[in-house]
Formats: sequence, C-alpha cells, structure tokens
Amino acid sequence: MRRADRRPVAGAQGRRGPSRRGLLRITFSWLLWLGFAALGAVAGLWAAATARFLFPNALKEPPQRFKVGFPADYPPAHVESRFKDEHGVWVVHGTYRGQAQIYALSSVCTHLGCITIWQEEQKRFKCPCHGSAFYMDGINYEGPAPRPLERYAIRIADDGQLEVDKSRTYQEELGQWHDPDSYVPT
Amino acid sequence: MIDWPHYASEEGFVAGLAGPLGWYYLGVAALNLGAMWYALRRRRSRLEAVVWALMGMAFAGLGGLAMSGHPLVLPEWLKDACDRALGPVTFTLGAMAGLVIFYLGRRVLVQPLVSWTALNVSLLLMGASMTDPDFARTVSRPDNVPIVGMVYLLAFFTWLGTAQAVRNDERLRRGQGPVEAGFTDKVLVWPDVVYIELIGAIVATVVLVVWSLLIPAPLEEPANPAVTPNPSKAPWYFLGLQEMLLYFDPAVAGVVLPALIILGLMAIPYLDPNPRGSGYYTVDQRRFGWAVFLFGFLGLWILLILIGTFMRGPNWSFFGPYEPRDPHKIAAATNIKLCEYFWAVWLGRGVPRVPPESGGLQKLGIILWREIAGLTLTCAYFVVLPAVLARTALRRMRQAMGRARYWLMILLLLMMLMLPLKMILNWTAHLSYIVSIPEYSFNL
Ligand code: FES
Repeated sequence: MRRADRRPVAGAQGRRGPSRRGLLRITFSWLLWLGFAALGAVAGLWAAATARFLFPNALKEPPQRFKVGFPADYPPAHVESRFKDEHGVWVVHGTYRGQAQIYALSSVCTHLGCITIWQEEQKRFKCPCHGSAFYMDGINYEGPAPRPLERYAIRIADDGQLEVDKSRTYQEELGQWHDPDSYVPT
Repeated sequence: MIDWPHYASEEGFVAGLAGPLGWYYLGVAALNLGAMWYALRRRRSRLEAVVWALMGMAFAGLGGLAMSGHPLVLPEWLKDACDRALGPVTFTLGAMAGLVIFYLGRRVLVQPLVSWTALNVSLLLMGASMTDPDFARTVSRPDNVPIVGMVYLLAFFTWLGTAQAVRNDERLRRGQGPVEAGFTDKVLVWPDVVYIELIGAIVATVVLVVWSLLIPAPLEEPANPAVTPNPSKAPWYFLGLQEMLLYFDPAVAGVVLPALIILGLMAIPYLDPNPRGSGYYTVDQRRFGWAVFLFGFLGLWILLILIGTFMRGPNWSFFGPYEPRDPHKIAAATNIKLCEYFWAVWLGRGVPRVPPESGGLQKLGIILWREIAGLTLTCAYFVVLPAVLARTALRRMRQAMGRARYWLMILLLLMMLMLPLKMILNWTAHLSYIVSIPEYSFNL
C-alpha cells in the first residue's frame, strides 16, 4: 500500500534529474575521498604521536659506572644508603663466608622487583611488598624471595676510589660471588 | 588516609566520634524497626517482631549514650586478647571451621531469628570497635571501605542462596519439587527486565557519585622508582594474589596458579557429572560442588583479600584488628627450605652443595639429590594420593566421572588445597619452599 503510494513520486523525480543525480554522485565520491583522507591523516598523526611517545624528551639515565668514595670511608659492618635513590645500589662493608669485603648490592628485591628498605635497628633489608628480608650480606632469610640480592661489579679505580659497574651482575646461587670482580677485599 | 580529628589522645578521638557513632546506632535501631514491621506484616511472626523491637530499643539506647559522649567501648583486655588470638593460623583455621559449622548447621543458621541476630551482633561489634583508633583507621581508609561493604554483601548473598537451598531441600525430602519448578509465568524482556536494569543502573550511578564525593579517592605522592611505599598494596581484587605471592615463587603464584584458577573455573561444567540441581537452589543434591565453592571462594579467595586488606601493615607484617601498625614489628622468623629440614635437621648431615666447577649433568644430579625429599613429597601428593583416593574414599566419584575427568578434577582440587597447606606450613614450621632449585629458577 505504502509502496504503491511512493512509486509515482520516485518516478517523477527520476524523469527530471539524471544530471542532478550525477552531480550528487560526484559530490558524494568527493566527500568519501575527503572523509577517508581525513581518517588516514588522523590515523597517521596518531601513529606518529605514539611513535614519538616512545622517545621521551628528557631521558636522565644515571651512568652505569660511578665512583662511591674510598674504601677507608666505609667502617666495618656499614651499609651506605647514599647511592640508593639515584643508582639503586647499597654499598656495604660486610662479610661473606667469613671474609671481610666491600660489595655493591642491588636494591631490587629478587622476588618481584620492589625496592627494599634498609632497617638499621634490625640490620636487615626489608621488602615492603611481600615481606622478604635479607641479611646485610644480601642473603634472603624471610619471606618469599627465592634467592639473595644481586651484586654489581665493584673495583678499585686508578685514583684509589671504589667504582661500581652496574652493567655486570653476580648471583650468589650461581656461585658468582666468588668472582673477584664482585667484591673488594678489606 | 582520613586524618582523624584529635588522634593524639584516645579520649579526644572517642569524643570526636560521639556524633557519627550516635547516628550509626540510631540507623541500626531504625533497621531493626523495619525488620519488626516486616515480621509483623509479611512473616506474621509475633516472636520475631518482639525480638527485633527489643533489639531496636537497645540500639536506640546505645545511640543516645554515644551522642551524650559515652559510646560503648571495648575493654582493653578484650582487645588485647583479640590481637593475641588472631594470628594468621587461627584466622585461617577459624574461617575454615566457620565454614564447616555453616555447612553443618545451615538449617538453623539461615533462620531469620539466627541470621538477623548475627547481623545485629556484627553491627554492634563494628560500632564498639570504631572507638579504637587503630581499628577505625584501618576500616575507614578509602581503599578499605568497599571491602567492609563487600563483607556484608557476601554474607547477605550467601545467606540468600543458602536459605533458598535449605527450603528446597526440605521440599525435596518431602517429595515435592523445588520452589522454582512452580515458576511458570514468563515476563517480557521489554519492558519488564529492561526497566529494572535501567533503574538499577541509575541507582548504581547515584551511589557511586555520592560515594566518590564523600570519600575522595586516595592519591599518594608522585611515583618514585627508587622508593616503594611501605606497605605496598595491590588493588583490593588483587590482594588475594599478592597474599599468594608470599608463599610461592612469583612464577607459580603470579602465572601458574591464576591461569589454573581461570582454566579450572572454565572446566567446571565439563568436569561436573551431576545432572541435578540445575535451575533451582539446593545443597543436598550438590554437596561436593557447594563445599568446594564455599572453600575455594569464601574460604580462600575472599579470606586472602580480607587478610591483605585488614591484617597486613608495614613490612607486610600481620597485625591484629586493634594493634597499632608499627613498622618495626618483628614477627616472622627465618625461613627454612624442605631440603634443609631433610638433610640438616632430620638426617643431621650437611645439605649437599653444588661445587662451582661441576658441569651440566653432574650439577643437575646433585641438585635432584639435594631436593630428593621435596620431589618425593610432590610426587606423592600429586600422583600417589589421587590414585589412592580413587580406590578408597573417592571410589564412587571416580567411577561416575571416568578417568580423564577424575584426574583433571582431583589435580585442580589438590592445587587449591596446596595453598592453605603451604600457608599453614609456612606460619607454623617456617617452611619456605618444598622444592627449591634457584639455579634453574624453579621453586615450589
Ligand atoms: S617483591 Fe619483595 S617480597 Fe615480593
């Protein structure tokens, strides 16, 4: 019923407007092109912005090697927290298997990578995430951490200062703490 | 964290609380009056109405007392006793015992007289405990408020489901069909259901908006990669996982167990051979399924979230509900691995050491020898125990399910049981790892 009503109207328009319809089609295809071009441009810009995001403006990475003072600055049984905030390193004058040495411990918990806290009263490194604790020598004794804290390479530089190199790590459970590069005997 | 007024002195703290606490008690009184009305009009139970009226009056009296500056306070000795009694072991075992009691006594416990009284008691305890600054701080932290709500919601829905199941079980025992079998009238999605959903959505939105205005989201200081806040808590829905991480290697607690939880939940429809109980509430016809659900969901997942939210403080130490959160509390002791127990404590020998220069195969051999006790135990738990159970206690189940289903089910179940077992071993015997091979990053 409705269709029948509409049909003559459509026919009337059809008779009058082939040119008009052609014009419409051209405009429409132009609009289509424009739309896709805009879409493409936005997508491109967006991708570029994402890519740009991967290269931050300021990248302040502390150097991998840095000096931490003279061995004489470190009294026995001392944990130096000065380098923790910038470098994530505790420089410790402690003992390992009965041998007095200075070593650089990573402050990253070996459980899931939270940053440990040195608690002077209890003489322990304590992790705030799941409660792992480590002795002064870095050995884990409490909580879920499955292995000791990692050591960084340390040596005496030419000027007599201690120098920590974070590009090399030493793991106790792999027997690497016997490596003379992982400590400075005192 | 809300900065409580006059926190410096406990008396000042209690005095500042007088008004809010008074309104709280009056609210509970009103709740009881509503219950009385409901008991009279709908349930036609004089006894219930009288009891609720009496309780409502008692709460109104408490409200008046609180407003006049004398709120109900828990005595110090009771708080101390609570703190001392509520260790991780008692908390977990107590919750398990509670579930068992709930399972056995469900017919009595879901009666309105019992359950509504339990609600009243918990609200009373809540009000009295709020006068303790440490309790109040923990409970009213913006992070923790939703968990308090969740506890009450969970209790309500557990009650609701169980009450209907108990009613059905009674009917089934008398030979009648479940209540739901009589539901024959259908309603239309549009408009009936959609209207309800729409109203639900609006109410939820209003509640969220008002809530976020009243209790602003807790923002902390900007993130600093060199400092981890102490304690560092995951969002509440991950606190169960975080708690699991205390007892397992990160690979196990963070990857294997969560994946197994999801896969196991997905597998339930394929593992469950019980055709009954579909479309209606029942406990009697699905005892095993119901017990596993109570244990796994309420007894493990929710319990772990509650421990993580309310009981864990600085250094992730365990604190009683009324205990000051002291960052220097020393609680846990040195961890011991099973291999150390086995070799050093029981055999009185040294733990076999891997010489640094040993090669691949030799090293592996020594490690396996070192972990022989843990490996045997694991094997016995996951292989021998299910096989024995299949011939003894679970024989009927094994026959009904067939081999593949039975083994899948029992392995998932044992994995789930492993969690509380290891937690309790860790708290009592300070056992850290059953199998510990850090050389190959494998720890169980
Ligand atoms: S990250 Fe340190 S204990 Fe989990």
